[in-house]
Amino acid sequence: MNKVVQSAYEAVADIVSGSTVMLGGFGLCGIPENLIAALVERRVTGLHTISNNMGVDGFGMGLMLEAGMIASHVGSYVGENRRLEALVLKKELDLTLIPQGTLAERIRAGGAGIPAFYVPTGLGTVVAEGKETRKIGDRTYVLEHSLNADVALIKAWKGDRLGNLVYRKTARNFNPAMATAAKLTVAEIEELVEPGELNPDHVVTPGIYVNRVVVGAAYRKPIESKFIQSGGAE
Amino acid sequence: MTGKERIARRIAREFRDGFYVNLGIGLPTMIAGYVPAGIDVMFQSENGMLGVGGPPTDECADPDLINAGKQPVTELPGCSFFASEESFAMIRGGHMDMSILGAMQVDEHGNLANWTIPGKMVKGMGGAMDLVAGARRVIVAMEHQTKDGASRILKECTLPLTGQRVVHDIVTELCWIRVSDEGLVLTEVAEGIDAAEVQARTEARLLVSSDLRVMSVDGSV
Repeated sequence: MNKVVQSAYEAVADIVSGSTVMLGGFGLCGIPENLIAALVERRVTGLHTISNNMGVDGFGMGLMLEAGMIASHVGSYVGENRRLEALVLKKELDLTLIPQGTLAERIRAGGAGIPAFYVPTGLGTVVAEGKETRKIGDRTYVLEHSLNADVALIKAWKGDRLGNLVYRKTARNFNPAMATAAKLTVAEIEELVEPGELNPDHVVTPGIYVNRVVVGAAYRKPIESKFIQSGGAE
Repeated sequence: MTGKERIARRIAREFRDGFYVNLGIGLPTMIAGYVPAGIDVMFQSENGMLGVGGPPTDECADPDLINAGKQPVTELPGCSFFASEESFAMIRGGHMDMSILGAMQVDEHGNLANWTIPGKMVKGMGGAMDLVAGARRVIVAMEHQTKDGASRILKECTLPLTGQRVVHDIVTELCWIRVSDEGLVLTEVAEGIDAAEVQARTEARLLVSSDLRVMSVDGSV
């Protein structure tokens, strides 16, 4: 068994226009930089993306947006991308904002064969509009449905040719859940190791979820914000 | 002492040893700098970390180690990392002792609005809706009025809600307000401020506690 492909371009070569694509990462942390660049090079269009954020102007998923590849997006926070805000206000892009925990759990459920579940989150807000609610005990909950995708593009730290993956620090975020929820999961890693080198007790994503592994190159990993001790409430 | 610092210092006095706390982006993040001596508080960041430490030096900043505000942070001994679904399981599951967030509006029912201005601002709720639905205690930390002098504490929120009846306490540079079934109760006022002045700068009706105190902002509990 060998899931390693030689280039990011090869790893995304059969992704077609109109696909639903999950992309791992929180802000610019733990995003599949090389796979995004390869997808931008391929110029597929009409993509339905699912990702917590939308990169920034000029990097990460922001590059896909600028290349006109995205038709719709599901995420929880897109405040760092001005272009997206402008496109949405002009109604040129279909944006669905959902609570971050609900997003994560919908993806987890998608990978775990759970079609829907109840959460307290968003009750009495626009998020619950049009959704079934149910009182269980003394609290009312909102029914949320699972999310799946054609493709998940994720980023891990180390991996082996079997697709076992470990992550580094807060770059883990949405990547493990997304790995489980797509028909095709492509993992970009920083370091390829031999099977057996990863401590089996430490493996976060077992290889069963991963179809392709590619070693990324020339990481930029920009840091979005400086630590400001006295920020405003907005 | 600035108004924001006063808010941060006062809220830090609510921490108890062993608390697990999530701090929102902006003003709430400042509170981490005022934890009273002798108290261990574990800060959670919803992007997947418990035991968040202060800012690193520029040379030590690690792009794989950030908080929910996307700022570089450091690891405290005993910290842990986990995935987003796990992070929100601990938030939604009632394991956080306290969630402290900023707000654009709060009202007499404890409703909170802090994520969108229709037609103007497209950013998203991030983890705020999950935090207010799941934390054991939700404290709003914000400046009392907008830059234009308008009240942020209203009879009814006019912006889309982040959560319905979710706020337990509101802390501003002027006062501490507790949300009760009867309405908003003014329990503390800043030094040199009286209840009438707070009410004059607040749209919502305030009930004044029979035990009204002066807000203490010194470092010790």
